[in-house]
Amino acid sequence: MRRFLFSQAKRSVLDQTRRQHHTSRRFLSFLPSLSPHLPAPAPPLLSLSRFLSSTSKMSASDSTSSLPVTLDSINPKVLKCEYAVRGEIVNIAQKLQEDLKSNKDAYPFDEIIYCNIGNPQSLGQLPIKYFREVLALCDNTSLLDESETHGLFSTDSIDRAWKILDQIPGRATGAYSHSQGIKGLRDTIAAGIEARDGFPANPNDIFLTDGASPAVHMMMQLLLSSEKDGILCPIPQYPLYSASIALHGGSLVPYYLDEATGWGLEISDLKKQLEEARSKGISVRALVVINPGNPTGQVLAEENQRDIVDFCKEEGLVLLADEVYQENVYVPDKKFHSFKKVARSLGYGEKDLALVSFQSVSKGYYGECGKRGGYMEVTGFTSDVREQIYKVASVNLCSNISGQILASLVMSPPKPGDDSYDSYMAERDGILSSMAKRAKTLEEALNNLEGVTCNRAEGAMYLFPRINLSKKAIEAAEAAKTQPDAFYCKRILNATGIVVVPGSGFGQVPGTWHFRCTILPQEDKIPAIVNRLTEFHKSFMDEFRD
Amino acid sequence: MSLKALDYESLNENVKNCQYAVRGELYLRASELQKEGKKIIFTNVGNPHALGQKPLTFPRQVVALCQAPFLLDNPNVGMIFPADAIARAKHYLSLTSGGLGAYSDSRGLPGVRKEVAEFIERRDGYPSDPELIFLTDGASKGVMQILNCIIRDQKDGILVPVPQYPLYSATISLLGGTLVPYYLEETDNWGLDVNNLRQSVAQARSQGITVRAMVIINPGNPTGQCLSEANLREILRFCCDESLVLLGDEVYQQNIYQDEHPFISSKKVLMDMGAPISKEVQLISFHTVSKGYWGECGQRGGYFEMTNIPPRTAEEIYKVASIALSPNVSAQIFMGLMVSPPKPGDISYDQFVRESKGILESLRRRARIMTDGFNSCKNVVCNFTEGAMYSFPQIKLPSKAIQAAKQAGKVPDVFYCLKLLEATGISTVPGSGFGQKEGVFHLRTTILPAEEEMPEIMGSFKKFNDEFMSQYGDNFGYSRM
Repeated sequence: MRRFLFSQAKRSVLDQTRRQHHTSRRFLSFLPSLSPHLPAPAPPLLSLSRFLSSTSKMSASDSTSSLPVTLDSINPKVLKCEYAVRGEIVNIAQKLQEDLKSNKDAYPFDEIIYCNIGNPQSLGQLPIKYFREVLALCDNTSLLDESETHGLFSTDSIDRAWKILDQIPGRATGAYSHSQGIKGLRDTIAAGIEARDGFPANPNDIFLTDGASPAVHMMMQLLLSSEKDGILCPIPQYPLYSASIALHGGSLVPYYLDEATGWGLEISDLKKQLEEARSKGISVRALVVINPGNPTGQVLAEENQRDIVDFCKEEGLVLLADEVYQENVYVPDKKFHSFKKVARSLGYGEKDLALVSFQSVSKGYYGECGKRGGYMEVTGFTSDVREQIYKVASVNLCSNISGQILASLVMSPPKPGDDSYDSYMAERDGILSSMAKRAKTLEEALNNLEGVTCNRAEGAMYLFPRINLSKKAIEAAEAAKTQPDAFYCKRILNATGIVVVPGSGFGQVPGTWHFRCTILPQEDKIPAIVNRLTEFHKSFMDEFRD
Repeated sequence: MSLKALDYESLNENVKNCQYAVRGELYLRASELQKEGKKIIFTNVGNPHALGQKPLTFPRQVVALCQAPFLLDNPNVGMIFPADAIARAKHYLSLTSGGLGAYSDSRGLPGVRKEVAEFIERRDGYPSDPELIFLTDGASKGVMQILNCIIRDQKDGILVPVPQYPLYSATISLLGGTLVPYYLEETDNWGLDVNNLRQSVAQARSQGITVRAMVIINPGNPTGQCLSEANLREILRFCCDESLVLLGDEVYQQNIYQDEHPFISSKKVLMDMGAPISKEVQLISFHTVSKGYWGECGQRGGYFEMTNIPPRTAEEIYKVASIALSPNVSAQIFMGLMVSPPKPGDISYDQFVRESKGILESLRRRARIMTDGFNSCKNVVCNFTEGAMYSFPQIKLPSKAIQAAKQAGKVPDVFYCLKLLEATGISTVPGSGFGQKEGVFHLRTTILPAEEEMPEIMGSFKKFNDEFMSQYGDNFGYSRM
């Protein structure tokens, strides 16, 4: 250990001298910078170099203060990362919400409606009862011994709780588990994946995590050593990716989804971006695909997925498949296919493709965000690499147990014949069909607005309308030192109490402006939201007409 | 394309360099043996429920009701839940926006953070600001978030005690920083000598390292000592002089097994010292629901409190927390319950006190049995576990054993611990995983096995050790040492 400590110290000093030579390159940041530095109107396809050369002041000059931790002396990667879903506009909204309590008359609205984040239960969606019954019984196992429990809980939830407890060593739900997650629960999840795909899944390939986000972080940590390591990410993208890449000091290599073809993914564009990045000395390690798309809501066609798989195989890229919205598909002409199924259908096995599939309990019809449950299934990794993932997972000991249990439940819900089956199906179908209805209503309303176009939400939980802002509005935004879309979104908030996220937080073709709005407010609220948005937009357009 | 993205050779070096012994080789071997049907006593992780400790009844009732809020509408709910658990469940649900299934504020539910602040105020006698308290998925996540903010590159050093809990070495390594060790003095009951600290800092600086923060673990893990107030004052003054952030790992604050050295929080000592120092030292204190008499490891609940951190830095920490959206909500409620347990007069009060006292008193006895058991072996010396959950005996290994270890390609204490595991099923962690002075060897066990099993465990340890010593003892064998 001591040797380890000192050799580390020695190495770092050596590295330091070596690094002097690289300093200039290090500060010539390759870190992705999505929102703040995008230039105004530019040709629709942005060249990669613009993304990579966004120079920023990275020099971490020493603080004048004697305090060791101040803004100028914290990790610059931390400063650099952005996460718009909970950024400035949400902070303003929270302040407004506080102020509303005492100052009701000061505002033209009486509540804040959070459409910034896919957090369904905060907007009144009820949890699936069966899942919660099982979790409550696992949390308070003494209930299982009481006869009154049978009057309060469904029989199959009691059976399931017993089954799960028997899978946990010592039935101890308060103990740290195996760092990959409880083995029995991974067996259940593997069986669920197998039933979904028709191809075998191995429980040892599954890592249970506190939501999908830590799993994404883990993979970025593994893949990114420096700004010379790149990750191909869709633009627009869910900002978890840009933030995680920035935190880990890598480079985001953007590829553009084509809004005109329903946010289509063109392999030729992928190839072009990959080659351009490589010509700049970036070693591209992985491709992120979000399917169904966030914020864009498209569901990939199987044929498109096959091309993506082939592309990753040919180029030696890890395919990072964000499949957390796999249950959220709203149109009859589209179906979710997992990338694993697509790869296996093409005859590709473990040796052909490294694939990571992310799943979460936060989305789907269950929407259990607060539980922080999720998993990743990693295939096509050698055992020494898998050991490294295990080691990183083990530093955090394990993910939370009720999140683990819930992950196994969503992958193996009640079956026909079970006591809860009918009520479960009714809850599930009710939620999904209502989401489809809400998506349609909001999409139509947005498309009715002057200068607004909106692709349909085929899946996921969001609409991502494009707004054509007038020159006058853009100038007003510049004068207020904000991005034009952020300017528009703040105006929405102040006029209507509705919280949406500016497109610049997700990335967009320069010169185009969008916002992301969830489809999650309960159905009875939708007409009022449509009215308020329509009214606001009309007055905004009138105010800033050129 | 000869190297694929996930080939071992092309992985992030920081990942490969990181070590985490608590779940390392010994643990994996123990799991294998368990699969083969051997009875394993896992004393490698401070994981009380895994070794049979029962959860406290009241908090589990409250959280179960929060999981299944529809029960609260059922007229029969009072048949299986006490009224105060029902009232508490309603209280916590009212603090959420959408129950356990909604993301909370990324810093945790404001209402729970307020309860944490009130707890800190009661404990220390000084005000605490809920805005500077962040709830986390266990204390480890908090430590990672803070170190991530501090460490810029390998020129940034963090002072860490040796022996240390390997979360620190592993995280520093993952983040590409440099661990600057300071040694705890075993012969002085794992005391912390400020002169040692000065030396460590001077040496690191001479190597071009900017030392930015200092970690203390109080009560100590794996070493079990409780820092005295005088010692904490010295440390705080040192941090002030050297401009270091103090990271106070205080997760074992409820686990105290003697009366001479009570737990004193770094925050209280800092505030006692008064201005200017109380306004200058930047302090982050960590706590968790995994330890104490709660031992709710599987919940992943914790918090950190920041003192003297500028608001704009706190905002950056908030931003990074927001990328993970929010800590899990049921653990936040456990945290709320931990800092505001049932009060005298509540229906569940007596039972709660009975259960928690039972656990703490038993731990106190177990700490004693274990220390005495180790010290009854001639080649083992062990400081008493004043606090925390571990015993960290030094094993004097004869040169023949060190030779044999070398031949087997193992570090000597790993070799010893593996033999112990194979012979007795006791799964420990070798001292080398925590760091120790060169040429001395330790192992860490938890004091968590059930009390009634303790004599037998210590007996089988002694038997193993005797046999090991007679096999490897120099010249005359162990019996004549």
